[in-house]
Amino acid sequence: MELFGGINPAVLIASLMVAAVPILLAAIGELVVEKAGVLNLGVEGMMIMGAICGFVAAVESGSPLVGFIGGALGAAALSLIFAFLTQVLLANQVATGLALTLFGLGLSSLIGQGYVGIKPPLTGEVPFGPLADIPVIGTILFQHDWMVYASIAVIAAVWAVLRYTRTGLIIRAVGESHDAAHALGYKVIRIRVLAIMFGGAMAGLGGAYISLVRVPQWTDGITAGAGWIALAIVVFASWKPWRVLVGAYLFGGITVLQLNLQAAGARIPVEYLSMSPYLITILVLVIMSADKSRAALNAPAALGRNFHASR
Amino acid sequence: MFRRTLLGTAAVALGLSLAGAAFAQDKLKVGFIYVGPVGDGGWTYQHDQGRLAVEAEFGDKVETVFQENVPEGADAERVLTQMALGGADIIFTTSFGYMDQTNAVAAKFPDVKFEHATGFKREHPNVSTYDARFYEGRAVMGTIAGHMTKSGKIGYIGSFPIPEVIQGINSSFIHAKKINPDVTISVVWAYTWFDPAKEADAAKALIEQGVDVILQHTDSTAPLAEAAKTPGVIGFGQASDMTEYKPSPRVSAIIDNWAPYYIKRVGALLDGTYEQSAAWEGIAGGEVEIGEITDAVPAEVKAAAEKMRDDIAAGTYHPFTGPINKQDGSVWLADGVVAQDGELAGMNFYVEGITGDIPQ
Repeated sequence: MELFGGINPAVLIASLMVAAVPILLAAIGELVVEKAGVLNLGVEGMMIMGAICGFVAAVESGSPLVGFIGGALGAAALSLIFAFLTQVLLANQVATGLALTLFGLGLSSLIGQGYVGIKPPLTGEVPFGPLADIPVIGTILFQHDWMVYASIAVIAAVWAVLRYTRTGLIIRAVGESHDAAHALGYKVIRIRVLAIMFGGAMAGLGGAYISLVRVPQWTDGITAGAGWIALAIVVFASWKPWRVLVGAYLFGGITVLQLNLQAAGARIPVEYLSMSPYLITILVLVIMSADKSRAALNAPAALGRNFHASR
Repeated sequence: MFRRTLLGTAAVALGLSLAGAAFAQDKLKVGFIYVGPVGDGGWTYQHDQGRLAVEAEFGDKVETVFQENVPEGADAERVLTQMALGGADIIFTTSFGYMDQTNAVAAKFPDVKFEHATGFKREHPNVSTYDARFYEGRAVMGTIAGHMTKSGKIGYIGSFPIPEVIQGINSSFIHAKKINPDVTISVVWAYTWFDPAKEADAAKALIEQGVDVILQHTDSTAPLAEAAKTPGVIGFGQASDMTEYKPSPRVSAIIDNWAPYYIKRVGALLDGTYEQSAAWEGIAGGEVEIGEITDAVPAEVKAAAEKMRDDIAAGTYHPFTGPINKQDGSVWLADGVVAQDGELAGMNFYVEGITGDIPQ
């Protein structure tokens, strides 16, 4: 089974699943944040903080697991700055988010000074034994490191929590109408702060995946804009968890495919291949927002609006 | 009254800035514009080593400033202008994509010396260019690649389709083919100098296509980290030694050593002998160094590579020596003819045997 003289679809799907993990995790975290009515544009900054904190934790402890936890904690700590500024001091969310990205990029560079050129401990594949040897399916499903499976589990968990639990209902209520939620006695600020921290932790996991697995090393600016793509994917997914998975795989897939097509010598001009992931993202965004009433219906009504109990 | 105060303030500010300028005259201010972060472990790291060498050489006589992560394009002009206004006496712009910006800003600051790396435009008397003959290093890498590839497929991660990169692709391929006539080369254009995730993906795509020797023209160590995941795949350090991937996958490296050039130019400016120039040094001049060839390659391969290096250094062999045909089969260099520097500086074609098109 070969396409374009040498691209094995099974291998391609397997590598797109790996390529999509960072944006998938960051996007699902941001989805929860936005569902709670907060627009945090600092995803890129939180991702890169996760990348360096995860890297440092993994190198110092020798354990990739500790690394991922460290990455999640580091980015969640950064997101607390955003939470304090926007939820307590009621700063503008867009401006604060952008500042968070710039701050995260600088701080990560500072922390990473002594970690350039070091190799982190290896994150191994999950041993599935004979399952991994099944042709095609084994390659696609059973030859990954555990973060790939964890990322899908996170999507399923977020979907289930938002849809079926009381917690999910409260988060959505806060995001749709914070005044009504407040009138019902829910602590709007506290819930939003927790959502922001969850978003930070997920972005941190995504960042740590880049520095520990995908590009196992630390260099300044390692996330290279992945956080912005994660933000676009949330809109692309119209705030639905499973569509985040589709969006991330689509983007990851096209990125991997365009490099594979080049390596396989496809006679398509490189410029078109390079721009294709972004073109498709724009195209889908246009299609999704063509039906204005539905798109508007999906966006949390209180998105980006600050809440103060006195109003 | 208000107006007078304003004018007075302006005059004081002007006086202060003039005083500042006069004060700055004591030290020669040397500026550097970097395309990536200093910690990239490759291209920019080496330029920064050159900057540190200048400081070490001249001590109190110079002051260096640098700006990292400067995008190629309009933004570079802003950064350059700022640096020139900030009192820099000589500015090194260390990436090909700063070519037009360097010349544009140089026109506005005739008293500031500009040095543009890897470019060819010297539109004003205060613009010099400097480059290194990386293709000489590629000839050595190609020789190792031809010996080491088992699949007969070597991969090349290209940054941008500019002459310097095309020289590298052609030189690698020519020398690999001399060892193994069946060798093919797959080129992936990453359209970036530095994007670790993308470089890793490009390396991965090449490995999935059966490539077992990867040459990179991008600046991070990510392709080597990716190669390390698959046994039997080797690569080379790019711009910097990248020793942390020794002995395999990194079996050797092309090291850019800018320190001698920077010291020479800054020294010339200090003692007043500075002149516009177009430098293009290679292995012989010490600008291109071949990193240690590790024991991961057999001794005879190492010997062949070292002989290639020494022949080039001695001037007895030029990597582009005919007969070489262009991709379409037409003759480029007849038997024994050596390529002229002018032709190389504008190289925009593949040699015979490479498939695919160069993006225009």
